Amino acid sequence: MPDNTIARRELTFAQAINEATHQAMAADPTVICFGLGVTDPGAIFGTTRGLEEAFGPSRVFDMPTSENAMTGVAVGAAIAGLKPLMTHQRLDFFLLAMDQLVNSAAKWHYMFGCQFNVPITIRLIIGRGWGQGPTHSQNLQAWFTHIPGLKVVMPTTPADAKQLLLASIDDPNPVLFLEHRWLHNLTDDVPEQPTHGLIGKARVARQGDDITIVASGYLTLEAIRAADYLTGVGIKCDVIDLRTLSPLDWPAIFKSVHKTGRLMAVDSGALTGSIAGEIIARVASERFADLKVAPRRLAQPDVPEPTSFGLTRGFHIRSRSIAGSALEMMGETGDVLLGQLPDPVPHDVPGDWFKGPF
Amino acid sequence: MTDDQLEMRLLGAMLRLRMVEEAIAAHYPEQEMRCPVHLSIGQEAPSAAFSLAVQREDLAVSTHRGHAHYLAKGGALGPMIAEIYGKSTGCSKGRGGSMHLADKDAGFMGTSAIVGNSIPVGVGLGLALQIQGRAQASCVFIGDGATEEGVYYESANFAVVKNLPVVFLCENNRYSVYSPLSVRQPEGRSLTRVATSLGLTSVEVDGNDAIACYHAVDRALQQARGGGGPQFLEFHTFRHLEHCGPNDDDHLDYRQPGELQSWQQRDPIDLLQAKLLLTNHDLSSEIQPIRERISNEIETAFAEAAAAPFPDLEECMRDVYA
Repeated sequence: MPDNTIARRELTFAQAINEATHQAMAADPTVICFGLGVTDPGAIFGTTRGLEEAFGPSRVFDMPTSENAMTGVAVGAAIAGLKPLMTHQRLDFFLLAMDQLVNSAAKWHYMFGCQFNVPITIRLIIGRGWGQGPTHSQNLQAWFTHIPGLKVVMPTTPADAKQLLLASIDDPNPVLFLEHRWLHNLTDDVPEQPTHGLIGKARVARQGDDITIVASGYLTLEAIRAADYLTGVGIKCDVIDLRTLSPLDWPAIFKSVHKTGRLMAVDSGALTGSIAGEIIARVASERFADLKVAPRRLAQPDVPEPTSFGLTRGFHIRSRSIAGSALEMMGETGDVLLGQLPDPVPHDVPGDWFKGPF
Repeated sequence: MTDDQLEMRLLGAMLRLRMVEEAIAAHYPEQEMRCPVHLSIGQEAPSAAFSLAVQREDLAVSTHRGHAHYLAKGGALGPMIAEIYGKSTGCSKGRGGSMHLADKDAGFMGTSAIVGNSIPVGVGLGLALQIQGRAQASCVFIGDGATEEGVYYESANFAVVKNLPVVFLCENNRYSVYSPLSVRQPEGRSLTRVATSLGLTSVEVDGNDAIACYHAVDRALQQARGGGGPQFLEFHTFRHLEHCGPNDDDHLDYRQPGELQSWQQRDPIDLLQAKLLLTNHDLSSEIQPIRERISNEIETAFAEAAAAPFPDLEECMRDVYA
């Protein structure tokens, strides 16, 4: 076999997930994959394409519209020696499965004195814009981090999507793999070899001494855009892409805040009870002396995401609002300096590639 | 196994389950078992039957009222009692208590305090058995209340779609806590007919007739192991004590007058003993050594549980992740 450990090609985020799944299933015959639509023509935005053909219908199958029971089925299969990978086209559908997630998946290891492991990976796709509205766009990552026993990952880059999916499938614990729909077409270098990233390790996406911006998932892209813009006006940002939300990489956050003395936590979930709030609380209570100015949270308002094109204008956090907040934290008046950072038009799609409907 | 041997073994199995629960009830007021307990007194026949028909390689899950099922599957008595005492030697290291029992070595894969919660887990065990090509069955103990949970229908449907080797064993004791079937399901509803309509091979059994229970369970397990698809058994039975706790609660009048008494007259142990007496058994001389053996086993289990240490406090914070 040729040594292709450094072979890199450009893949989309969705292709990276597809490749990781193929590689995981080829490497480990105990991995099974199911979810509504995994074998249908859409193949979960292409992410499950070719799996049934490659691994057969007993390991890859569509399922009844029974999110709760099928999560329990995954728990049962896991404690009997399989590694289920489950997929939901929207996180919101998975809310039907909270009993099995919280009372079964998260507990079966601890509650029975370590007799069982529960190696399950559950892919949850988060929608945004294009009228996804109140029940197709919820960013409930904070909910999941509140449950001891669950791991929660939320990659941004295609390479991280691949590595973290492989790591999630390998992990002996239940892992919620949150993928933002607006990232599916993001293209970047992805190692061809199955490389297993570490769950629980953040990535420093941009380096700077002035301000720490902590983000995850899609909002990391907005934070990077803001940081790159701010560089042009002389403000240098550390952008921390959390990648894993539970367990959280506190040392990475503390180290950066120690350097910059300024902390902004950006969160695609609703403000109250958010991950951003937890980050601010922890830094304020444990690293108060490091802070030069009051830390800030940028999260979504405590309002359901509305559907109308008209109602979602300005609804979401964008690079402009991140940069504006950063400028204020640096004692600058934001608006004057933000002229070159307009919100994209139209506001409700991730790019030209997205033509709806979901 | 002759009929005679079967009957004596069923009697011994029921006696063991009864005497364990009676010992828990007797010790409970000492305030050393500091967790809720849901006893199976009156409902022993399906479990006793199951204990004789099931194979160690079969798998099982159960509910909050799971002591009898755990023991019937071969779960170790000492660790179960220690678990109820919250001790480090408990089957779940003191983290689960009475409502969260498991003995993986015995293929008893857990119980849940949430009604219906373990149903899909049991179906998932069946999926694993099928994918792994093991000719065994996954057994899912439920009560009548669980058939009112949506997850029961979801799970049964999937088991039928995939023709999984799953046996649902439903002990219909007519009450969900204090709520009778009459306020929960329409008059004339048959859980067996509902199960049949879902596509499960379903049989209704006198759940206080241990012999009938044995033949039904044995047949269902063989069917499931042999690729015959998911099975449903409804056992009509009755719990003698309160829903949760060691006491009689008939004075609360949530049951029909005389209802408990009529079921007590059909106590599964008494019924089988009466049948054995008809065949001229010298029962007292045969039962006495069985009772003594069980008593000794129970006394040892309680003494060891009482003597065992609590887990170290640090155990609380460990093992959140595998």
